[in-house]
Parts: sequence; C-alpha cells; structure tokens
Amino acid sequence: MEGTKTGVAENKFLSASEVVIRTDKLTKRFGDFVATNEITFEVYAGEIFGFLGANGAGKTTAMKMLCGLSRPSSGKAVIAGYDIYKDTERIKKKIGYMSQKFSLYEDLTVMENIRFFGGIYGLSNKHLQKKSHELIETLNLQNEANLMVTSLPLGWKQKLAFSVAVMHEPRIVFLDEPTGGVDPITRRQFWDLIYSTADKGITIFVTTHYMDEAEYCDRVSIMVDGVIEALDTPANLKRRYSVASMDEVFYHLARGAKRSVD
Amino acid sequence: MKRFFSFVRKEFYHVFRDGKTMLMLFGMPVMQILLFGFALTNEIKNSQIVICDYSRDDATRKIISKLEASNIFHIRESLLSHMQIEESFKSSNVKLVVIFPNNFNHDLLHSNKAQVQIIADASDPNTATTLTNYVTSIIMTYQQQLMAINAFPMSITPEIRMYYNPELKGATNFVPGVIALVLMLICVMMTSVSIVREKENGTMEILLVSPFNPMLVVISKAIPYLFLSIVNLLIILILSVSLLDMPINGSIFLLIAESILFIITGLSLGLLISNLVESQQAAMLISMMGMMVPTILFTGFMFPIENMPIPLQIISYFIPSKWFYTIVKAIMIKGLGFYDVWKETLVLAGMVVVLLTISFKKFKTRLA
Repeated sequence: MEGTKTGVAENKFLSASEVVIRTDKLTKRFGDFVATNEITFEVYAGEIFGFLGANGAGKTTAMKMLCGLSRPSSGKAVIAGYDIYKDTERIKKKIGYMSQKFSLYEDLTVMENIRFFGGIYGLSNKHLQKKSHELIETLNLQNEANLMVTSLPLGWKQKLAFSVAVMHEPRIVFLDEPTGGVDPITRRQFWDLIYSTADKGITIFVTTHYMDEAEYCDRVSIMVDGVIEALDTPANLKRRYSVASMDEVFYHLARGAKRSVD
Repeated sequence: MKRFFSFVRKEFYHVFRDGKTMLMLFGMPVMQILLFGFALTNEIKNSQIVICDYSRDDATRKIISKLEASNIFHIRESLLSHMQIEESFKSSNVKLVVIFPNNFNHDLLHSNKAQVQIIADASDPNTATTLTNYVTSIIMTYQQQLMAINAFPMSITPEIRMYYNPELKGATNFVPGVIALVLMLICVMMTSVSIVREKENGTMEILLVSPFNPMLVVISKAIPYLFLSIVNLLIILILSVSLLDMPINGSIFLLIAESILFIITGLSLGLLISNLVESQQAAMLISMMGMMVPTILFTGFMFPIENMPIPLQIISYFIPSKWFYTIVKAIMIKGLGFYDVWKETLVLAGMVVVLLTISFKKFKTRLA
C-alpha cells in the first residue's frame, strides 16, 4: 500500500503538476523570536503533504500564516493562486481547516453542525441538503445524525470534523494534528478518509507527530528550529539518511534542535 | 445574509441548550426583583421606634397607644430629651423617633393647631418613607376622630425630617437601579462568555479561517442576547409594576428604546472583555466582579453620588449604568420625555461607539 502510494506520488507530482501552495522566504517573528525562518516550498494539487517538526519547531505558526490566521512578518506566499497578503478573503473560500483542538460544536447535533458550517461557507440549501446526506452516508452516521456531537466517540468526531472541513470542496485542506489522542485503528480509518478526499483532487496539508502517518504522505517536509531541514518523498528521505523508517529520519534531523521540546 | 442566519440560529441553539445560561439569564433578574420586592414589603413590621414626649398629656398618650396597637411599631423606650435622638439612631436599630412638643394637647384644644415632629433614619430610605407614612396616617386618623367629636377643625401638623438621606432615595429609586444592574450583568457576562467559549473550544479559529466576516461573527453572537435581554427587560418591568408598584409615568416605548441602547452598551462591553481574556472563567469573573461592584457603587441607587468625593464622582461618569439609571428614573418616575434625557442618551451612544471601535480593532489585530 505504502510503496505503491509513494510510487504513484512520484509520478503524479514530480512531473510538475499545478502548484497550489508556493511560499518564498516566508517568515514570522514574535519580537526577537523567529518562529518561522524564511521557509520556501511548493505543494502540488491533489498531493498529501506532510508537515512535520518537533513541538516548537514552528509548524503551527507556518500553517496559521498559510490559513490567514496570522500575518507573515516577511516573505511571500501564494495559496490556490491568490496572494496571501492581498487576497485573504478569496483564499478563505478555497481552503478548509481543521484545528488540533477538536473543532465542532459539542452542544449541536451532527446535522446542525453540518448545516452550520455549510451555511457559513455559503452553500445553497439544495447543495447543503445533498452534501449533508452524502456526508452522513459516507461516515455511516445515519443513526447518529440527530445526536449531540458530545455523545460521539472522539474518532467519529474527528472524522466528522474533517468531512465538515472539506464540505465546501476547497482546493486545499489544512489539518493541524488531526489524529491526536485516538487509537491506531481509528487513525487508519481517518487516513482512508484523507486518501479518498485526495483522490477527488483536494490537496491535503497535514501536520502530525505520528511517524507512521508520515509514511502515508506523498511528500513530507521536516521543520527544525523554524527552518525546513528536509523535503522529499518518504522513500527518498529514508534512502538519503540510509534508515528504514520515517521515525529514524525524523530523529536524525530533530535531535539537533536547539529549541526546547515540551 | 443566509450565512448570517445560519450563525444566529446556531447561537440560539447554544443558549437554549445550556441550562446554566438559561437559569442565569432568566433566574437572576426574577430572583433579584423578587428579593428586593420581598425585602421592601417585609421589613416594615415591628419596627423599633422611640417616643420623645415632652407634653405627656391625654392626646399624646392616645396617639402613642394607637401607634403601639398598630402592629407595625414596637415602641422601645421613651426619651427624655432631643439630645438622645441621634444617639439612639446610632447605637441601636431604632428606625424612627416621634417627638411631641410641650403643651401638645393644650395647643390642640386652644389654638386648634399642634405640631408633631417625626424623625426617621433615612439611611434605609424605603423603610423610612413607609414608616413615616404610617405614623402620619395614624396621627391623621386620630385628628379625624377628634374632629368628629368636637365638630370644629383641629389640625396636627407632622413635621417630617429625614436623617442621613434628606433626598430620600427610596423604593422608586431602587428599582431602576436593579434594572440597570441586572441588564448590565446579563449582557456583559453572556456575550463575553459566549465569545470566549469559541476561543477555548478552538471553533473561533475555524470561523476565522472561513469566509464568514469576523465582524458578523460578533454581531450574530450579540443578536440572541439582545433578543433575550429585551425579553428579560419586559419581565423585569412587569414584575416591578405589578409587584413593586413602580409607576411608568413616561412613555413605555421611550423606556424600552433607551433600555435597548443600554443593552447594546452592555453587549459591547462584553465584547471588549472577550477580547482581553482567554478563558470562560476569567470572562465570568471579570464580568461579575468588574461590573457588579462599580455598578452598585457608582450608579447612585445605593449610595448618593453627590455625597462622594470628587475623584469618585469623576469615576462614576464612566459607568454606563449611572446614565441609564438617570434616564430610567426620569422616564418611569418623573414621566419626562426624550428632550429631558437626550444628554444621557448621547453619552450612552458615545460609549457604544467607543467600546465597539476598540473591540473591533482588537478583534482584528489579534489575528496578526
């Protein structure tokens, strides 16, 4: 599974398909502290792009800049063809976001959450109707549609949150540590959902701490102390550092980190 | 517009599904009004009073026995001199002193006129007024009985003095204060808590990433609370009128319009607080303590602002409820119209503009 996926990825993306994220020396400073230091990279359409780094490496800051939640201190970035400084409103329509805090309303039902998020993205009633049915069916939530979200198990909530984040069919969806705190089986199911979404041409930009998940990505970047230390397919990275797993690749790069890891 | 409605609907779900919020929203005002109402009607029985009788004659004895028989008063002691009055107010819970001058009966019989002095401890103005009224009416009953017997006019003139609070801020002054307090607390707390909750739960980020305008996030949050506060206001008004016999002498529409302005002031303040804090507890604490204390101190319904030192008076100018209190009193009690409260209205409107400007600015830059 992993091998074929990576192989496909290399053929699919390295042959220069459309670029959906392009950053050029993107930097964020908080006073003297440079959280993200001149990062430059590209992400291609339909790709699953893993954005790794130890805690404090600057990946959340970078992601927040790309989502328009935080204004860069310097550098350039183009998201889905729009400039990150000038076209933030247009970008917002083209991206989805799932934060690491679990992000649905617990006191609303599954259906109400779907309606609400569809509503704020401006989906028409008819479209929303169709989408919500599809979504409920895909996630097998027919019996839970009218239950409060708070009563669902965490894994279901995360799948629901992800599906809601891509309901408006964005070009790119940003996932900030989406699978924290769930068991490996649920994580695996979550990744199936990610694959099927990527197959529809939606680009996945995902941060994670789980190195097995890094193996699932088409390409990964590894941030250390605010800079991108490595960016390639998992297979190439393993070859470069002559190791057997992404875990070892990560350890090899991240152990040199100066910033404290909490 | 449709997006906006989705949002407002969601906010209503939040409110109606949260039992604690509902309890606070409707329980608190009803409780406050009932408590104050209860306190107002209950405190009167068996009040301690003191008689200072210089005359000691037939008429004074009759009046005293009537006072005693009334159930309202408990006559504690008889003073011998004027000088002891102040002392007895201070040293015990004496509420009122009745003073009969020398030759009371003599004056009454010979010049058909007599005076009686009633001195009340008006630091508790409600009780003071009510007690004074009772004493006066008992004396008037006695006067009428005399007239029936003697068939020529006799008059006893009560001379009333209010100690400690000559302006007599009373029951009617209290209710507008409670209205201001309740609306302020509810509005500030509810908005700040509901916005901070989104921050805490991480849903705020999702909203900010969405194409939904951040300004609209805030406005649509305020709408359910605006609506509920108006319902609240109506409940408070109905209770005040039916239970506490508050008059509404002026235009009720003007009163409601001014109240809505005040509610919006509270909502804006809540918005500002939500920008400054990160947790629901902090929001709750700041709204409760930060609003309750200044509102009680500086609105004027508990402590007369005119008697405060100048620096405190200046602080009171920044308390929205002070202005609203003046407006409500003017409309409900004095029956005045918009011409008489436009200055206060302008101050409140100004506060809304300033608060909203600051919080919208903060709300935007927080992202940077």
